[in-house]
Amino acid sequence: MEWIMAIAVGALFMIGVYLILSRSMLRVILGTSLLTHGVHLLLLTMAGLKRGAAPILGSGGDSYADPLPQALILTSIVINFGITALYFVLAYRAYQTRGTDEIDGMDASGKEAES
Amino acid sequence: MLHIAILIPFLWAALIPLMRVLPRIHPGWAVLPVPVALFAYFISRMPQISSGETLAVTIPWMPGLGIDLSLVLDGWSLLFALLITGIGAFVVWYSMFYMGKTSNSIHNFYIYLLMFMGAMLGVVLSDNMMVLYAFWELTSVASFLLIAFWYRRERSRYGALKSMLITVFGGLAMFAGFNLLYTMTGTYSIREVAAQAGGLTDHPLFLPAMILVLLGAFTKSAQFPFHIWLPDAMEAPTPVSAYLHSATMVKAGLYLVARMSPIFAGAAEWFWIVSLTGLITLFYGSFKAIRQTDLKALLAYSTISQLGLIMSLLGIGSAAAFYTDPAQVAFFGLATTAAVFHLINHAVFKGSLFMVVGIVDHETGTRDLRRLGGLMKLMPVTFVIALIGSFSMAGLPPFSGFLSKEMFFTAMVNIRSFDALHAGSWMLVLPIIAWMASVFTFVYSMILVFKTFGGKVKNDQLDKLPHEASIGLLAAPVLLVSLALIFAFIPDTLSYALIDSATAAIRGGGTTPESVHVSIYFWHGWTPELWMTIGVVLVGLLLYLTYTRFRVLDREWSGRDTLNRLYNGGLSLLENGGRRTTDLYMTGSVRHYLIYIFLFLIAALGGTLLLSPDITFGMEDYAPITFYEVVLVIVMLAASAAVPFARSRVNAILFTGAAGYMVTALFLIFRAPDLALTQMIVETVSVILFLLCFKFLPKLKWEKEKPTFKWTNLIVAGGVGVTMTLIALAAMGSSPFEPISNYFLNESYELAGGKNVVNVILVDFRGFDTLFEIMVLGVASLGIYGLIKLGVKTTPEDEAANKAASHRLGFPLVSNDVILRTMSRVIVLIIISFSLYLFFAGHNNPGGGFIAALMTAAALSLLAVSFGMDTIRRVIRVDYRLMTAVGLSIAILTGAGSFLFDAPFLSQAFDYFYLPILGKTELATAVLFDLGVYLAVVGVVMNIIFTIKGED
Repeated sequence: MEWIMAIAVGALFMIGVYLILSRSMLRVILGTSLLTHGVHLLLLTMAGLKRGAAPILGSGGDSYADPLPQALILTSIVINFGITALYFVLAYRAYQTRGTDEIDGMDASGKEAES
Repeated sequence: MLHIAILIPFLWAALIPLMRVLPRIHPGWAVLPVPVALFAYFISRMPQISSGETLAVTIPWMPGLGIDLSLVLDGWSLLFALLITGIGAFVVWYSMFYMGKTSNSIHNFYIYLLMFMGAMLGVVLSDNMMVLYAFWELTSVASFLLIAFWYRRERSRYGALKSMLITVFGGLAMFAGFNLLYTMTGTYSIREVAAQAGGLTDHPLFLPAMILVLLGAFTKSAQFPFHIWLPDAMEAPTPVSAYLHSATMVKAGLYLVARMSPIFAGAAEWFWIVSLTGLITLFYGSFKAIRQTDLKALLAYSTISQLGLIMSLLGIGSAAAFYTDPAQVAFFGLATTAAVFHLINHAVFKGSLFMVVGIVDHETGTRDLRRLGGLMKLMPVTFVIALIGSFSMAGLPPFSGFLSKEMFFTAMVNIRSFDALHAGSWMLVLPIIAWMASVFTFVYSMILVFKTFGGKVKNDQLDKLPHEASIGLLAAPVLLVSLALIFAFIPDTLSYALIDSATAAIRGGGTTPESVHVSIYFWHGWTPELWMTIGVVLVGLLLYLTYTRFRVLDREWSGRDTLNRLYNGGLSLLENGGRRTTDLYMTGSVRHYLIYIFLFLIAALGGTLLLSPDITFGMEDYAPITFYEVVLVIVMLAASAAVPFARSRVNAILFTGAAGYMVTALFLIFRAPDLALTQMIVETVSVILFLLCFKFLPKLKWEKEKPTFKWTNLIVAGGVGVTMTLIALAAMGSSPFEPISNYFLNESYELAGGKNVVNVILVDFRGFDTLFEIMVLGVASLGIYGLIKLGVKTTPEDEAANKAASHRLGFPLVSNDVILRTMSRVIVLIIISFSLYLFFAGHNNPGGGFIAALMTAAALSLLAVSFGMDTIRRVIRVDYRLMTAVGLSIAILTGAGSFLFDAPFLSQAFDYFYLPILGKTELATAVLFDLGVYLAVVGVVMNIIFTIKGED
């Protein structure tokens, strides 16, 4: 199973990076979301999959899944939510003031908006 | 006391700004006591030092690195300390009359001057090479500030930068040299290195260390070809030129060469490099000085030349180290005595000459020799000072310059019989160069005094009729130049007091002031030296009368020569080259920067993976593959892959959401219930957020990009993907460390009283991370709030357009679905109850503060969708930003609470209590911390949603 996940992680990274490199801000934001999924699955896969029960003590069995990547991922999910929201508002604001959603079409002086 | 002597100028400098409250008093009066008191202190040490003692103080500073604040006062240091404080006192006095007190920056001037004084004392008193280096660079900084004192002038800035670049370059070389010496000997103490000197000569690093140290000395002392900074440093106010750029700082290089002599003397390279550099500089400087038309430029080249003279004497004096016979040691060692004596004389006559030029400049408004003349009658006192100074410089009797010039000739004559290096008759070249340079020196000395003061006054060239300067301005140079006369008549007193102990310190190797004593007197009989002097005067007079006919000598100085062109060209090449190279890749396109980052990631991670020997890819016991998992992965990848091809915003967002839900399912399968819960709620809230936001975003355009653009992206993305797959496989196959996860599994219940290990890690083991995490969230929500509410300037038309747009796109976000509205009242209650359950269950079962908070936020969002934002805002009157703050505070206070029990920050405690109704209950401070997390996260999410929605 792990090798399938490894390939899936690679594919998620590839799609995420491809989207991040495009010009439209919406694609960039969605790209970061997919990239984050890739990171999460990577962390989870690294520790090995389905080795023991969920890390809730007393829920059965002697072995439990590795809790450490799960704690990391949990933190990451919540942070990612905050970051995505910020990106969205940033993109929305930029579009409102600059009149374009193309990242390279903006410059700091805001000439784009005036022209 | 030595430490305090160095510290006083710095401390005093800090007090100078206070003088602003007394604008009527010239700040110079406040500065003057410093050099005077320090001078008195050093004079009081003189009897002790001249009897051969040394004062040493050591304060440990960084003993682990071998760097201690160790100061040593021997004869050579004392001589410099006296020069620094003595000339310093004269210069401060002089500057009070030279620099007006009205200028605002006069305080800065004295701060820089005091800073220099302290730094220079540090250079000459430090025994530790690292400390010496630090002070050495500090003198460069002070010099930079003083040259750029009139920083509005372009030439001042140019000169300051040039001196800084050249001397700091040399300083760095010297730093490297010091470290090589440390590598060889294991100590930074100059005295300890000198004690080991005998065994170093054959070390392979000996020569590199010598050359690097000499680079520092030669740049500082303006030796050819590094002299080019000194003429440009003349942009500084004249008192600074007199002090730093003739009497003290430029002599730091000489100080260092002499100080290092006990280490390096006796090496053939040392003898040749120091002697020849000195002689070339002596000759070149004196030749260039004749061609100057600006008095200060003339003095600058004269200083270069005289520094070269002393440098060559130090080099030639090292010949003594090749011999053991006392007679021969004394015979060649005379050069060192001459160097010390001439150093004193030069400080005296050059200092006073600079002051004279300052006076002339002050009274006539020009320093141009072509406009000056005939000042003898108008300024008789100044003329006499200039006469004595120049004659001393030219080496004429009865001034002290004559005595040291005679010793210089003696040393040059003696060196002919130096046979240790088998140079044979080539040694004759040295006295010949020395003699020719002396002729030039004579000529420019005469030019200085007679072109300025002789002849007729050129009234038509001057703006005002000059008259004699005030007594205050004259006092300093009169006193200083009279020393040239006094020293000439009591040379032996000076010798016993200062020169012998300084010479002994330079020669090192157990010499004492008595053993190196040289008697200095006027009449030696008709020696070759005297004939050389007579020859200098005769040929010099002839040349002075005729030099205007030689084009080589009379060409006006254009301010540019080959070396300066090289410096300017090199500098602009570096600047432009640097800018062009940067412009080449810093294109301003975010996409390009991202591509660099990704390419670097591929190269660094991929390269490491492929090159490391111990990495195996993949593992042996893969978990079994089941049908559902494969389906989930395929759906996830298909949804993700559809995003780039989506033609509308809604589709793109929904595809991303689908991928997210598939990830949720995978979490569930992979035994991570907490993650699955969190991911599911986050996906839901995110979609709500997207839908709130996306109508304001432009329509997704089909990417009409060139194929190269797409292919570049695809290749970079593919590279990252492959690298990540490899990393995942490598991480499975190789585990160089024992995982720490077992610790958490084993100790979770024992130490933290929780069964849900993930939650325990978050709130207990790694509580600090979580605390910062909710802070990041708080910052993000404030950022969103700021972006929406603050600082966005919109013109009235824009605003009107926006209003119209939002009206047209009207998205009231009030559902008219009766079923939804009815159901949501019930459902919301259920969801909130469930979230509370999750919150309390979190320590032992899936759940916890994060999940509960997200679920609460989802419930509130649902209400908002069914009843409208405004209704919700009216019904639930909560300030969500305040809620975030309260949550954060609870979390921090819980953490800080551990201080009360002398435990580290965020130590959690738990115990079991028997409570009525509930029975045995566990109470843990972690729950309190989780409450903080809960409140903060609810506050953040609701704040984000309300802020975005409150926009219109």
